[in-house]
Amino acid sequence: MRLYDIPLPSRLMLGTAQYPSPQVLAEAVAASGAAVVTVSLRREAAGAPGANGFWSLIRQTGARILPNTAGCHSVAEAVTTARMAREVFGTDWIKLEVIGNADTLQPDPFALVEAARILTAEGFAVLPYTTEDLIVGERLLDAGCRVLMPWGAPIGTGRGLRHAEALAAMRQHFRDVPLIIDAGLGAPSQAAQAMEMGFDGVLLNTAVARAGDPVAMARAFGQAVAAGRLAHEAGLMPPRDMAAPSTPVLGMADLGLDGLA
Amino acid sequence: MRLDLNGTPTEITATTLAEALTELGYQTSALATALNGRFVPAAERAATPLRDGDRIEVLAPMQGG
Repeated sequence: MRLYDIPLPSRLMLGTAQYPSPQVLAEAVAASGAAVVTVSLRREAAGAPGANGFWSLIRQTGARILPNTAGCHSVAEAVTTARMAREVFGTDWIKLEVIGNADTLQPDPFALVEAARILTAEGFAVLPYTTEDLIVGERLLDAGCRVLMPWGAPIGTGRGLRHAEALAAMRQHFRDVPLIIDAGLGAPSQAAQAMEMGFDGVLLNTAVARAGDPVAMARAFGQAVAAGRLAHEAGLMPPRDMAAPSTPVLGMADLGLDGLA
Repeated sequence: MRLDLNGTPTEITATTLAEALTELGYQTSALATALNGRFVPAAERAATPLRDGDRIEVLAPMQGG
């Protein structure tokens, strides 16, 4: 997969929040094979110890860093956060989130497009967290985005592809645009489903971090993403409504018992 | 002067953003700063004067999804 001309060895992108310990986080990233990990910026207390353990841990994973603008509710907040992230993390990549509602964590598409326009003009590689709305997707591309990240379901819900038909239509509509399912995935089967549908990758966090064994679940997601992609490339059989025998009928023996009916 | 540091009222004697970070004990380089909602690059902190009532945000890498 290539995003913004960068080749990525895995189609799985993993969040770094909510793990039981930094060690489990590091092991989960390694087990998943994720090529990209998401990070954020938060307030640093005055007089805090000099070394930021989290940041050095993340750099040691070797994964590409994707800072987010999580929690931003306005264009100004998101743009300022992106500029700050670029300096700290040393990357032009930004997962652009502009949240429209604090309860649903639904993207605000209007603010999202405006923020994307500002940031792409400043040289950012914007990966926008959006909905499956096709026109919003077109506006984001017009704004300079070269990747779209539609939600599967609301953040943290683990509901999978809640609007699978609309997402399939989005895949059809944007044939040449990398599409990443971002948020809402709760099980490896859901990630595999997204990959079978032809999505280019998936981004998830809670499903791994909150699993009983996050490292094992990270590995499971990595395998599901690879399997789903392979299935997509192999070409799925067309579904049908009526049964059709898979074993050849030609040459069937006549084993009916005469006279016993 | 009295300003707002990450949402907390704080008294400092420094007159620039760079001096304020030193006075407040920030030691790591993995920090980003904003003044009254505007990003201030590290290279501009020394030339960024502070005024009474300013809002300073000092952010650092954190876990994220």
